[in-house]
Amino acid sequence: MKKTAFIGALTVAGLMAGAAAAATLDDVKARGKLNCGVNTGLAGFSAPNASGEWEGFDVAMCRAVAGAIFGDGTAVEFVPTTGKTRFTALASGEVDMLSRVTTWTFSRDVDLKFSFAAVTYYDGQGFLAPKSLGVSSAKELDGATVCIQTGTTTELNLADFFRKNNMSYEPVPVETNAEGQQQYLAGACDVYTTDASGLAATRATFENPGDHVVLPEIISKEPLTPLVRHGDDEWGDVVRQTMFALIAAEELGITSANIDALSATPGNNPEINRLLGTEGNLGEMLGLSADWAKNAIKVGGNYGEIFETTIGENTAIGLARGLNALWTDGGLQYAPPFR
Amino acid sequence: MSNTHADTVLFVRDTMLPQQDPPSSTIGAIGWAKENLFSGWINSILTLVSLAFVLFLLAGLLPWLFSPTWSMNSLTECRELLAGDHGACWGVIRERWPQLMFGFYPSEMYWRPVLTIVLLFVAIAPILFAERVPSKLLGFTAIFPFVAVWLLWGGTIWGPLMALLGFVVAYFVFGLADKYLTSALALIAAVVSALIWWGLISPLIEPALSSALPIGLETVDSRQFGGFMLSITIGVTAIMCSLPIGILLALGRQSDLPLVKAICVGFIEFIRGVPLITLLFIASTLLNIFLPPGTNFDIILRVMIMVTLFASAYMAEVIRGGLAALPKGQYEGADSLGLDYWQAQRLIIMPQALKISIPGIVSTFIGVFKDTTLVSIISMFDPLGLANAIRADQSWNGIYWELFIFIGVVFFIFCFSMSRYSMYLERKLQTGH
Amino acid sequence: MTTSIDPPAASFKLSMLIYDTRYRSITFQTIALIAFLIFIGWLFNNTAQNLADLGKEPSFGFMTEQAGYDINQRLIDYNSQSTHLRAAFVGLLNTLLIAVLGCITATIVGVLVGVLRLSGNWLIARLMTVYVEMFRNVPVLMWIVLCMAILIESLPSPRDFRGETPEASMMLFDSVAITNRGVYIPEPLFSRGLGDVSVGGVFGISLDLIAVLIVLGAGLYGAAKIRKRADVIQNATGVRPRTWHTRLAVVFVPLIILLVALGFHLGYPALKGFNFQGGTHMRNSLIALWLALSLYTAAFIAEIVRAGILAISGGQTEAAAALGIRPGRIMSLVVLPQALRVIIPPLISQYLNLTKNSSLAIAVGYMDITGTLMGITLNQTGRELETVLMGMLVYLAISLSISSVMNWYNSRVKLVER
Repeated sequence: MKKTAFIGALTVAGLMAGAAAAATLDDVKARGKLNCGVNTGLAGFSAPNASGEWEGFDVAMCRAVAGAIFGDGTAVEFVPTTGKTRFTALASGEVDMLSRVTTWTFSRDVDLKFSFAAVTYYDGQGFLAPKSLGVSSAKELDGATVCIQTGTTTELNLADFFRKNNMSYEPVPVETNAEGQQQYLAGACDVYTTDASGLAATRATFENPGDHVVLPEIISKEPLTPLVRHGDDEWGDVVRQTMFALIAAEELGITSANIDALSATPGNNPEINRLLGTEGNLGEMLGLSADWAKNAIKVGGNYGEIFETTIGENTAIGLARGLNALWTDGGLQYAPPFR
Repeated sequence: MSNTHADTVLFVRDTMLPQQDPPSSTIGAIGWAKENLFSGWINSILTLVSLAFVLFLLAGLLPWLFSPTWSMNSLTECRELLAGDHGACWGVIRERWPQLMFGFYPSEMYWRPVLTIVLLFVAIAPILFAERVPSKLLGFTAIFPFVAVWLLWGGTIWGPLMALLGFVVAYFVFGLADKYLTSALALIAAVVSALIWWGLISPLIEPALSSALPIGLETVDSRQFGGFMLSITIGVTAIMCSLPIGILLALGRQSDLPLVKAICVGFIEFIRGVPLITLLFIASTLLNIFLPPGTNFDIILRVMIMVTLFASAYMAEVIRGGLAALPKGQYEGADSLGLDYWQAQRLIIMPQALKISIPGIVSTFIGVFKDTTLVSIISMFDPLGLANAIRADQSWNGIYWELFIFIGVVFFIFCFSMSRYSMYLERKLQTGH
Repeated sequence: MTTSIDPPAASFKLSMLIYDTRYRSITFQTIALIAFLIFIGWLFNNTAQNLADLGKEPSFGFMTEQAGYDINQRLIDYNSQSTHLRAAFVGLLNTLLIAVLGCITATIVGVLVGVLRLSGNWLIARLMTVYVEMFRNVPVLMWIVLCMAILIESLPSPRDFRGETPEASMMLFDSVAITNRGVYIPEPLFSRGLGDVSVGGVFGISLDLIAVLIVLGAGLYGAAKIRKRADVIQNATGVRPRTWHTRLAVVFVPLIILLVALGFHLGYPALKGFNFQGGTHMRNSLIALWLALSLYTAAFIAEIVRAGILAISGGQTEAAAALGIRPGRIMSLVVLPQALRVIIPPLISQYLNLTKNSSLAIAVGYMDITGTLMGITLNQTGRELETVLMGMLVYLAISLSISSVMNWYNSRVKLVER
């Protein structure tokens, strides 16, 4: 009898599970909240502030997707993940999307079975060295001790770089950026390597940032991209098109300041009108409301605005747009046409 | 004649001398120091060396500890104020201490975890201070877990109430069935009736009750738990849930049934043979794979399950020690009264064995409580995890010792007081026999 | 006519399964077994289905693929071209290394502190109490992180050794360098070495080391024999022959001859380029972990030792003193052997705890098996199930072997009760 009850419960659970696996977008809508996996703490990209609100570039991407779905950028449940738990959290359905400075690689795409949305930040691995070390190029680092964050693609790149240049090195694995910073400042390692954005962010918080220099070599390509599970293309489209909407908004000159005016009185630019939902039915195609893109942009502004407020040159992080400028400005950020 | 005497004996004392003070080198501070600090040349050297060590440590630490940085808002401000001096930056504690205590729990609801802690003390008082607190309070102890769940997570009151009623149903079914069936069958009947209650009846009436009488608190997601509150919640839950499991495992390990014994021993030795961190990896990466497809519950619950399993293996060993310490006459006495196995356990063995085990249970709790810091490795915001997150904030990037010292001191206060209690209890139990 | 009536044949009734004690245990065990098997089957079924949904068939093929990452602390040859299996093996050796080092130091410190806590010196006893309480009541993870931070912040970095007037200098005649990257000590080198022997083509063991160990072992064995003979002579004649010089000679003369024959010399560390080169490099992460684990476990061992000594009644000491035994010998001949019986069982579980706590090495970047197999390999391959299960099995095997060895020892020293 006990067994039948047990098996009965299992059957019920199995039936519920079958229904749950259907469509992520419906699940998210039913739940009323987006579950978004972020970093446990990386300056400028995601960190909780004193009142417990999450802030940063990755966080803004999550909020934009929530805005597109619910018209409310606060309808997000942030799930902090480590390098180890992030993929499992996504694969098991604990989070709906992962926005956690994750590099788009072949094996993650194909073998781990994830769909990468759109590249939100073009990064590359660099080296931070004290000026007093007297090194001007990464090629002079033969025999150096290198601090490196584990659980990332950086350790593979580093091994490749030193092997390619026939140099030896001593890796010092560190678990978090804060530890890497501490070891580097105390001289426990000669150079610190991680994504160039992270290096700039770390350097900005030093007591004397001028004493340290980011070496010119960028030894890898790190396209940081939000990602979703394989097999639910409708949901993947929502995330991807939201990213594109942010980029397109910057290109089209839609900002958080003028977006209300633009959507209240549709202008003559049909693409703006289609994007903001005053013309055409793009939102309906996605399974969202007509003003989805407008809502997404209103949360934190367009791509450029998000960049400037979280990691841009006027923040403590102080990153230049560089590769992440719009294609019209010589960068790589490019959104497919909205039609 | 008197002269003769006076000639031969020069002086005869006819009064007692007043008692003299002992030599000044054996009393007071000097005497104490001579006896306890400088009783030999080895001891003298040891004393001087350790004095020098303590003074060196204090000279380094005290100026750093007492730095007037309480009101600063960022590390940069601290550095400006200290102007190159060596000193702590305590502003981070002032700004973040609610977070270190409660995590992201909504600040206007801090009274809920605080009240839960107070009630926790009320609930365990009749167990810990049995002779000073009326045992009627044990009734409150029984309902405390449900009150605590409701207070911490919020929601309608009907959910925990229905869960509680399940136990009440099981209790009455057991009482009824015990008259007609053997204890084991009565136990099974009780479990089945409780399962029927939880699985079939309460899902039917709970929504109706909730909509009819919406009594409840605002729901708080377990994702918002953090800091010491998270550590305590995980620790207390694990200990409370592991107690019954541990009792069953301990009994199973002593059972005459070889198969049951093998399963229990296998489980206990497996859990005790692997580090907690691997069990936490299972919680964070594998538990969802082991459960039916699509089941998904949040990480805190999964961690609680794994920590409970972990604690129950240790608890089983503690209770086994308690069982072993019972004189054999107690078992034989129970047998001679004609009690069957479960009756003997319930009425004679367990009450005594559990009482002897309390110090061991408290030590297990201290261990589990300290081990909750490991959850920071799987991205949960316990105090250590929060320390990392705080250091990712631009204004506090680069801060280190202040947070760790604060967290360490709080942990010390918790664990030290518990271990003192456990020692007091051990002394009290020792005089008993 | 009389008819004999057979006793009614014991007909089997279903209720006997529960009420008859002969069958009851079988019934319950069968139920337990079925429930257990169903549970295991349920887990397997779920896992298979979930993995199929994720498209990840369980396989261990990834273990033979190229790892691609480097490990700084390694006891056997390893580079980024090696396989994940070899990386896991490097990690396993590192786990064993820290466990052995930690257990030894923790025992020494623990016994010392435990005895000192009973010292008549008030200050020493109090200081030891403070030490024990501090370490026992703060999580070990915090101690590991703190030890690492203290090493990094307080020791000089290699660049401080440079320049005309360096801020730091090497110690012991320029043979030892203590830096915040670790400690560099002279390493033994052999100019006429015998080379390595390959074990199964997987890793090499230095023949020099084997030769030295064999000669040392033979010498110690010889010395023990001489001592035994001295005991026999003393028992027979009452006069103990002086043997310490022959014993020393038996141990050291062959060893020195062998070392000279192999061309033994020390390789000193020297500052070259970014780092010290040459010598043996004990990394910071190893030292911090070693220090934290030993100090943490030593606090527990101290309590065990103290309790063990206190458990021996004062009558034993007084009786021994009445027999005219000297205080030092009372400790070693009377108190400690008895206390050992109380001490060893909890000591075993402390050793197990230390080994298990060494899995926190990832907090300081020490590459043990949690850092390699369950860390970077898991990250790079995404094989959570296989790596975590393998890791758990490894720890289980280590734990079970430690406890069986120690239990064997315990049963040897255990008091045989009549």
